[in-house]
Amino acid sequence: MHGKALPYLLLMPATLFLCVFFLYPFALVAFEAVTRDGAFTLDNFRTMAGSWKFPVTVRNTLLLAAIVVPIQLAVALLMASVVSRLETGRSAALYIFAIPLGISDLAAGLIWLAIFDQSGFLNTLLSGLGIVDRPIMFLGYQSKLTIFIAVALAEIWRATAIMMVILVAGMGLIPKEYYEAAEVFGAGPWKRFVRITLPLLRPSLQTAIILRVILAFEVFAVVAALGGTNLPVLMGETYNWQFTLQDRNVAAASALLILAISIGFTLFFLRVLRVPKEARI
Amino acid sequence: MAEIAIKGVAKRFGGFTALHQVDLSIADQEFMVLLGASGCGKTTLLRIVAGLETPSHGEVWIGGRRVDNLPPRERGIAMVFQNYAVFPHLTVFENIAFGLRMKKLPQQEVEQRVNRTAELMHIEQLLKRYSGQLSGGQRQRVAVARALAMEPDVILMDEPLSNLDALLRLEMRAELKGVLAASKTTTIYVTHDQVEAMSLADRIAVMHQGRIVQAASPVEVYRNPAARFVGSFIGNPPMNFIPATKAANGSWSVAGLTLPGPKSDRQKIEFAIRPEDVDAGSEGLQATVRVIEPLGPHTLVTCDVEGGLFRAILESNASVQVGDHLRLAPKPDRIRWFDPETTNAL
Repeated sequence: MHGKALPYLLLMPATLFLCVFFLYPFALVAFEAVTRDGAFTLDNFRTMAGSWKFPVTVRNTLLLAAIVVPIQLAVALLMASVVSRLETGRSAALYIFAIPLGISDLAAGLIWLAIFDQSGFLNTLLSGLGIVDRPIMFLGYQSKLTIFIAVALAEIWRATAIMMVILVAGMGLIPKEYYEAAEVFGAGPWKRFVRITLPLLRPSLQTAIILRVILAFEVFAVVAALGGTNLPVLMGETYNWQFTLQDRNVAAASALLILAISIGFTLFFLRVLRVPKEARI
Repeated sequence: MAEIAIKGVAKRFGGFTALHQVDLSIADQEFMVLLGASGCGKTTLLRIVAGLETPSHGEVWIGGRRVDNLPPRERGIAMVFQNYAVFPHLTVFENIAFGLRMKKLPQQEVEQRVNRTAELMHIEQLLKRYSGQLSGGQRQRVAVARALAMEPDVILMDEPLSNLDALLRLEMRAELKGVLAASKTTTIYVTHDQVEAMSLADRIAVMHQGRIVQAASPVEVYRNPAARFVGSFIGNPPMNFIPATKAANGSWSVAGLTLPGPKSDRQKIEFAIRPEDVDAGSEGLQATVRVIEPLGPHTLVTCDVEGGLFRAILESNASVQVGDHLRLAPKPDRIRWFDPETTNAL
């Protein structure tokens, strides 16, 4: 029997779980997004897009992703290159770099709030050094730029490590001989990185970027902690529609929009960073 | 001109000494083979010449220039790796062109050189393919073409044929010899395969436990091993060794024979002879036949001589039976003697 059926049997519990707790709620949400009072309509999307906040949230979310993800990618690549080259203490370095991964995004937001708050560490430091006479309102509603910078910093600090871990694993898969060959045939350290590491790292880059981009569009708790409603983002607005404005249908539409953006970018990066079958290691 | 001089090179990995004070000179355009069993230090020595490994001591000179402080790319070398290291993300063309692009040669010259070397290695029809679409033998050709395209002063080869099957290896061996002779480069070639070494080398450096035991022409290494190890490592079957005890008048008695031999203060030395250098006759070493293996052109006979194994290659029409007592007469000019303490030739 059991040879062929066994794998499917073993997958069954997980599949059922996914169907009950993911596919079914997803179908419900999708249904709610395109109906109101039982009738099919696109009004929910119109309401969502018609809100004065909508263009701002879309802009903030895209801008955050566009700034945070490339910086994270660059930093993660740098860190991964350094860690991969370590001969001793490699796993220790990995663990230390990965510490922020263990912190929830709300906690991360609160940590950075403790830094940037009016009575926070940064203000204490600045007044202690005599640089300022009275605390600066970094996160006030007039200082959207500093809120944005604080959120970006918190996000970079919190979620770069996941990229780095993926990239370190990917770099470990590249045989050393390719680097030696490149070195013998005239490539210096930078050329080796550009001509060997980056192209051979494409599968890992793909995974890391897609993962980060999706998470960047779902950014919520860090923004809520640092900016409150001063820096509206898509996920925050979805929350707003659901709980503050008590409109589940528009909230569902908003959630679907985030999903659509995520799927769009995933397909884009799958395509751009695709490795042709014949060119794989 | 690219003569290579290795002067007092030593390499330690932690507490393990991979190379002890190795000295070796290789003439311009010479084909030098480093031969030895795995772990003898031959690959380490090659990688030190390449610059992929830093020596703990000593100097490396290529073409009159000291290179041991230079990175590999400034040494004027090209290399063929054991696992080929053909880049999987580049086409065969771009693989061969890799070094030329690093040198920033004009596109036209890159194309010329790639096409020429590809033709030389008979892979011109594969230029658009990727490494994953090639067989082992084809990858091997790409790796060699990539090295040749650089027109380097020195080509280093690390067991380039060891991953090929036997027939392909034979074919590539002959081809490599021709191509490299025509390219007029100095070559260092690492192998554990003595037949490969004998057939390719101008000179063989036999390595054992981190030392070069003998560096000489293949015939010299085969006929006049400088140390017991060389005799026992080279030749298939290898040399026979029999203990010899001092007899009167500076002669030595060996398994029932008394032979003139070298002067030595020792009471016991070792007599050595290659299997093909004995004839069955009425006089000679007393041998009892244990195993007979007819191999076609000749017959390999394994005997007992003085309680040790002794292999003799006899004519295929020799009529011997297991259990026969033979007299094996060694050819006088092929007899070698070794000091059992130093293991050096006497």
